[in-house]
Amino acid sequence: MLTLYTDLLCIGAGLAGERCAVEAAGAGFEVICLSLVPARRSHSCCAQGGMQAALGNCAMGEGDCPDVHFQDTVKGSDWGCDQDVAWLFAETAPVEMRRLAHWGVPWNRVEPGVHTYYKGGKPFEKEELEENRGLIHARAFGGTAKWRTCYASDGTGHSVLYTMDNRAAQLGVQVHDRTEVISLIHDGENCLGAVARSLRTGELVVYLARATLIASGGFGRIYRNSTNAVINDGGAHIAALDTGMVPLGNMEAVQFHPTGIVPTDILVTEGCRGDGGTLLDKDLHRFMPDYEPEKAELASRDVVSRRMTEHMRKGKGVSTPYGDHLWLDIRHLGEKHIRTKLREVDEICQYFLGIDPVNALIPVRPTQHYSMGGVRTNRDGHAYGLTGLFSAGEAACWDMHGFNRLGGNSLAETVVAGGIVGQKIVEYLKGSEVSFPTGVVRDQVARDQERIEALINGENGSENVFDVREAMFDVLEYAAGIYRNGDDLERGVGELQEIHERANRIGLKTSGVGANPELALALKMPGMVRLALCVTYGALLRTESRGSHTREDFPERNDRDWLSRTLATWKDGASLPNLTYEEASPVYTIPPGERGYGGGKIIPRDAAKEEK
Amino acid sequence: MARTLTFKVFRYNPQDPADAPHMDTFVLDETESMTLFIALNRIREEQDASLQFDFCCRAGVCGSCAMVVNGRPTLACHTKTADYPSEITLLPLPFFKLVGDLSVDTGTWFREMYQRVESWIHTDLDFDPNEQEERMENDVANAIYELDRCIECGCCVAACGTARMRQDFLGAVSLNRLARFIIDPRDKRTDAEYFEVIGNDQGIFGCMGLLACEDVCPKELPLQDQLGYLRRKAALTAIGRKGPKNPQLP
Repeated sequence: MLTLYTDLLCIGAGLAGERCAVEAAGAGFEVICLSLVPARRSHSCCAQGGMQAALGNCAMGEGDCPDVHFQDTVKGSDWGCDQDVAWLFAETAPVEMRRLAHWGVPWNRVEPGVHTYYKGGKPFEKEELEENRGLIHARAFGGTAKWRTCYASDGTGHSVLYTMDNRAAQLGVQVHDRTEVISLIHDGENCLGAVARSLRTGELVVYLARATLIASGGFGRIYRNSTNAVINDGGAHIAALDTGMVPLGNMEAVQFHPTGIVPTDILVTEGCRGDGGTLLDKDLHRFMPDYEPEKAELASRDVVSRRMTEHMRKGKGVSTPYGDHLWLDIRHLGEKHIRTKLREVDEICQYFLGIDPVNALIPVRPTQHYSMGGVRTNRDGHAYGLTGLFSAGEAACWDMHGFNRLGGNSLAETVVAGGIVGQKIVEYLKGSEVSFPTGVVRDQVARDQERIEALINGENGSENVFDVREAMFDVLEYAAGIYRNGDDLERGVGELQEIHERANRIGLKTSGVGANPELALALKMPGMVRLALCVTYGALLRTESRGSHTREDFPERNDRDWLSRTLATWKDGASLPNLTYEEASPVYTIPPGERGYGGGKIIPRDAAKEEK
Repeated sequence: MARTLTFKVFRYNPQDPADAPHMDTFVLDETESMTLFIALNRIREEQDASLQFDFCCRAGVCGSCAMVVNGRPTLACHTKTADYPSEITLLPLPFFKLVGDLSVDTGTWFREMYQRVESWIHTDLDFDPNEQEERMENDVANAIYELDRCIECGCCVAACGTARMRQDFLGAVSLNRLARFIIDPRDKRTDAEYFEVIGNDQGIFGCMGLLACEDVCPKELPLQDQLGYLRRKAALTAIGRKGPKNPQLP
C-alpha cells in the first residue's frame, strides 16, 4: 500500500482547492491536491459569467462598496446566511480580484466613452469615464443593486482557473489527478487524511496529512438533470458524512438555474440576462415583468426559476418531446456582443442546439445548478466535528449563500474563501502537531478494501448500480425539485430509504479490474443516496419557504420557527440522517426583512408561537 | 426513420494481464440530438459497464473527452451522431499515454509542458492589496483572452505530424501558450528568454506546417498565426531587431 505524507491534503483541485493550496505552498508548506480529473478540467472552468466584487470602477457600478454587496448577498440568501461570513466575503472580494489581475487573469477592462447597453430588451446609454480607463470592468447580474460582476468574456472560470493552476505549478503544488477519495481517516477527534483510489490503476493509496481540505465542488449529480459536470457526484461529501461526526449544512437548499438549455441541461450564463437578454413564452410574450415589475429577468435565481415554472404550469411553455421550455432571447444584443462577450453561449448554441443565437431563440428551462449546502464550517473554514478538517468553495456550507446564492457570488467565493481559509490553514499548520496511529489507518483501509471485494464478488447481492441511480433520480425529481410539498417529500423519503437498502446490495457486472468505472460508481452509490436523503428529509422537516426551498404547503418564509440552519449527520447503520438546527447567523447586522422581489409572506421572528 | 448505429470501439485495459488491444462492436438505436456523450454513456449503462472514457463538463469547455472519431481528433461531447455515417469508429487520442479503452492521460503531459514553458506571469512586482489594480487596455485584455481560451484537450498534438515523430515536441498548444504571455504586459520575460525555450526543434522549428493543429482545434484558436508570428519574431530577435506585432493585438 502506497502511503504518502503531506502538510495539506486538498481534496479537489478546482479554484477553491488550488487557492488554499497556493496560500499554504506560499507559506512554505507541502501541499498535495487530489483531483478526479486534470486540475484544469475542474468544474470551475465551466463558470462563464463572472465574479462579484464591489470595485465600483464602471459607470453602472459607481458608488458600489462592500456594504452594498453585503446587503445584496444577505437579501439574496433570504436571510439564511451567516452575516459575519457574508461581510468577510464582501470586504475581501475586491482585493482578491486585483490579486487575480496581478497573477494574470485577462479581466475585461473599462473603455472610456459612451456605450449602448440593453435592459429588458431596450437600449440605453452609459458613459464610462476617462479616469477609469483600464480598470477592471463589471457586468450586471441578478439580485444586485450595482453592476458588480467582474468577467473575462464569458470564460471567466476558465481564465481564472488556468491562472490559478499556473500559480500553483509555479509554487510547486503537486496535483495527483485521476485520484478519487473514498473515505476520510480520523481517530474520532482529528482528521488524519484520506484513503483514495487511483482512477488509472484502481489501486488504493493512503494520504496522511496534518490538515485536510474538502474543496470538491457541488453534488448536483445526485439529480438527473443538472448543469453540473459529471464529476460533481458528492464523493467527498459522502466521505465527510460517513465519519458520523462531520455535519453537512442546509442540504435541502438546492439552487435551480433559470437557463439550462433543452434537452442537454448545459448552462448558458446569467450574463445573458445581465447583458439585457429577456425570457419569452410560447406566444413570444415577455412574461417576467408581469410577475416581477421591478427586477424582471434580474430577480434572484430562485425567484426567476419559480416564476418560469409557474408560467409553464399555466400552459405558457413551449411543448417538446423533452417537456416544456421557455425562450431566452439575446438577438437584440447584436452579433458583435454575442460573438465576443457571450462567445461560450454562442458556441453552446451552435454545437449543442444547432442554432445561431444571433437570429434564433434559445430553448431554456430551470435546471439543478448549485448546492448551497455542504460541509458545515465555521468562519475560518474549519469543519464542525473534526479537528484538522477544512472545507471551502461550493463543497462547503461556510455559509454566505444561505438559501439562495446570487449569480457571480460562487466563483468569487472560491477564491475569496480559498484565500481566507488558506490563511487559516497556514495558522493551523504552524501551531499543530499530529500523530498518525497506524492502527486507525490500517482499520480504515481494511474497511475500504472489504467494501471493494464485496462489490467485486457480489457478496451483498446483485443489484445493478445504474438501476439504483435511476431510482434515486426519479425520487429527487418529483420530491425535491423547485416546488416541494409534504406528501411528495414524505413518499420520497420512504422510497429513498428503500433505495438505500438496494444500494447496499449492489454487485458488479464486470471484473472491477483496474480503473473500472462501474466500481467507482458502485463505491459511492450508497453514499449518494444518503446525500439524497439529507436533501429530501431536510426539505420535509423544513415547513416553510425560504430562498430556493419552496414548500407549496408552507408558502410563508417563517422567521419565527425557521431562521435556522439544518445540520445533518449520519450514524453508521442508520437509515435516516440525524437533523439538528443552529441559528442562521450569530448576529443580524441586517434584520430579517423583505428582499424587494419575489413576493411571498413572511412570518416575523417575534410573531407569537402557534400551538401545535 | 431512426438509424441503427454501429460503434467500433478500441478496447484495452492495461491493468488486466489477460487483456490485449482489440476492437469491440456495440449497436445502438439513434435518438434525436444524440451526441457521443449520450451514446457512450448508454453503451456503458446498457451493454458494458467496464468501458472507459472521459467526460467532465460535457459542454465543450473542459477538454476531457477528446478522442479520434472516424479518423479525426475531436471532442466527443459536442460530436453529434447525425453528422456521421451509421458506422462510427472510436479510438483513443494517440501521443498521450493510454489509461484504458478511450481514456488517455493528458494531465501528466500538460503539467510537464507548463513547467517547461514556465506557464505563469514572470514579474518582480509584489502584489499590494491596498493598491488599485494595474491598468490595462481592454483591447489587450481581449487579445490575451483569445489565446487563453485553449482547453488543453490535446487534439492539436494528437493530430500533429511532428509530435508523432518526436515525443519532445512542444506542439501548437505550448507555442500558443507562450504567445499568450508574450503579449501580456504583466510578464517581464525578454524576447530572448522566450526563444531560449522555443527557438529550437522542440519548439517553433519542429513544425512541418501541415496545419492539422488548427484544423482540429475545437476552440478554433489561431494556432498557425501564432506559429508564424513566433517564427518571424524569433528571426528578428536573433538579429537584434524588434519583432513584429502579434496579429491578435489591435
